[in-house]
Amino acid sequence: MTAATETGHPNVLAKAVREGIFAGVISFFMFLLFVGVETYQDINNALVWRTRWGLLAIFVLVAAVSRFLTVAFIKPHIDRRKLAKAKSGVLEVSEQKNFFHRHFLKIALIFLLVYPFLSLLIVGKQGSLKYVDNFGIQILIYVMLAWGLNIVVGLAGLLDLGYVAFYAVGAYSYALLSSYFGFSFWLLLPMSGILAALWGIILGFPVLRLRGDYLAIVTLAFGEIIRLVLINWTEVTKGTFGISGIAKASFFGIWSFDTGSANSFVKAWGLSASSVYYKIFLFYIILALCMLTAYVTIRLRRMPIGRAWEALREDEIACRSLGINTVTTKLTAFATGAMFGGFAGSFFAARQGFVSPESFVFLESAVILAIVVLGGMGSLTGIAIAAVVMVGGTEVLREMSFLKAVFGPDFTPELYRMLLFGLAMIIVMLFKPRGFVGSREPTAFLKERRAVSGSFTKEGHG
Amino acid sequence: MAAESLLKVESVETYYGNIRALAGVDIEVNKGEIVSLIGANGAGKSTLMMTICGSPQARTGSIIFDGEDITKLPTHLIARRRIAQSPEGRRIFPRMTVYENLQMGAGLDNLKYFSEDVEKIFTLFPRLKERQSQRGGTLSGGEQQMLSIGRALMARPKLLLLDEPSLGLAPLIVKGIFEAIKKLNQEEGLTVFLVEQNAFAALKLSDRGYVMVNGKVTMSGSGKELLANPEVRAAYLEGGRH
Repeated sequence: MTAATETGHPNVLAKAVREGIFAGVISFFMFLLFVGVETYQDINNALVWRTRWGLLAIFVLVAAVSRFLTVAFIKPHIDRRKLAKAKSGVLEVSEQKNFFHRHFLKIALIFLLVYPFLSLLIVGKQGSLKYVDNFGIQILIYVMLAWGLNIVVGLAGLLDLGYVAFYAVGAYSYALLSSYFGFSFWLLLPMSGILAALWGIILGFPVLRLRGDYLAIVTLAFGEIIRLVLINWTEVTKGTFGISGIAKASFFGIWSFDTGSANSFVKAWGLSASSVYYKIFLFYIILALCMLTAYVTIRLRRMPIGRAWEALREDEIACRSLGINTVTTKLTAFATGAMFGGFAGSFFAARQGFVSPESFVFLESAVILAIVVLGGMGSLTGIAIAAVVMVGGTEVLREMSFLKAVFGPDFTPELYRMLLFGLAMIIVMLFKPRGFVGSREPTAFLKERRAVSGSFTKEGHG
Repeated sequence: MAAESLLKVESVETYYGNIRALAGVDIEVNKGEIVSLIGANGAGKSTLMMTICGSPQARTGSIIFDGEDITKLPTHLIARRRIAQSPEGRRIFPRMTVYENLQMGAGLDNLKYFSEDVEKIFTLFPRLKERQSQRGGTLSGGEQQMLSIGRALMARPKLLLLDEPSLGLAPLIVKGIFEAIKKLNQEEGLTVFLVEQNAFAALKLSDRGYVMVNGKVTMSGSGKELLANPEVRAAYLEGGRH
């Protein structure tokens, strides 16, 4: 170990001070207009501005101090650990995994199965509404959407920026068909999936010859077209007013969750009226839908079509020279991905009871894509973790009133959600450029599985 | 050898936009032969390879494979007629393991022979067996070339197209790969059509050869004849390795 890596060495400290000051100066100019100046309307409704030097100072201080700490202590510490690891000659691959790591998926699944009852036990009926609905269902919807998009982006390598369009198709299919024709949720769930898949194919045809950035632009446009149609086709979709009073999902047609109805779930089981039962039921539906998505994805990856998707992502020309029909391969990828988006959409409509074009803006596509990328393209576990971190994280931010102690009483954490979302993304991408789970799990083996670490693969190929 | 034609390329012209890359090429490959095509950079060798595979398609002329006109077929259908290609730059699947790469080569029709075929590839290239669960992108250049050829062979081809198998490889590895090609040809009667810059090694290996200049075939003959030809020697061999 050389002296330069020692903590407290004057060189390191001097460098840390320099970089800390530098970070402070940069953040001062960066936040000067966004944080330092605030506009508001006075009594006469005129727009005036005031300064917030205190808040700006806190921002600058946080940036400078954390940069100083990173350079002075954290980075040397990490370097030393890496060096020690390299010296001991133990590859990360051969590291013995602990119990939690090995059984992570089973533990997670069991936790999810008991989660609603756990929250009922701990915080009671009224309190668990928040945990089951805002956290549980919300996160699982995004898990499902991200897993669906993962088929298109992660497996087939087709960059789709308009995925939310299929979510919208699914949601409006359920909303419109149930309010105009009175079809039930259990009939419309598969139908919404099929309709969305159809739209996936319709999008697929014109973009067959496109790849990368060009494909991204066209899919982005497609997402916007669907949203604009929903806004402007007012006779059918009621435009920006949206469709309200959408029928709830029934308990497989046996019991209804409407409070007034004769065969309501609550009466049948002799429970006191509460909307929490419906939420718990929805939680299990979306959990089952997620499991279905995961199961189908895992199965497909082992089948020729899934392999063809992955080969298509790697090298399209090689694919064709091996006799793979790239046209049908791409179309099936779009259709399958869109189908799961459609399922999620119809579930969303049943859960909200209300849909409007507001829910299907580009930001949604971007968030779903961000989850797929952060999770590590193609990895189901990684994507689920990313969804929990990103969606759960933004929900948690609503609760963080203690931040007011740091940033002053007029600090509203939920306004900074998107800022922190972006910050978190940058940090993850800096330290884990391939996403949380960056290595691709092989699907075919001759004899036994052998672990191949992501660190063996070349950067840029992953 | 009874010369039974397997691939017949007749006055084929291929264009990239308005630029003519192939100006009427005639080439014939008979069953059981190794035929090589040599020429300088930009002569149109790789374009001919790609044209045989239908990407880009020939604008005029015809390509007959095993008695069937494949000129206007889409690439994947040509591949299913059992023309396997190890393309220029190898184009293996970098994130898939060696084993998965080979599986991709087998396609749907040959999955029933899969384990048998994989064993064959592993005997031909023992290095691939050692590396079977490693990702394609982590292999060395020579191993990637072996994988590319192995993947093509998994399709049980009637005709194997090799585009510059020696590109960027050490002489010793090139020798090994060429020996493997020779062995496949002699033991299994595999027909091979080879595009090479390494004219000496290619012609030595081949039964017949063609020389291509500016999108046209200017010379043809047996491998030995071309090796002895003073023009070929001057243009492609002198100054090279002997």
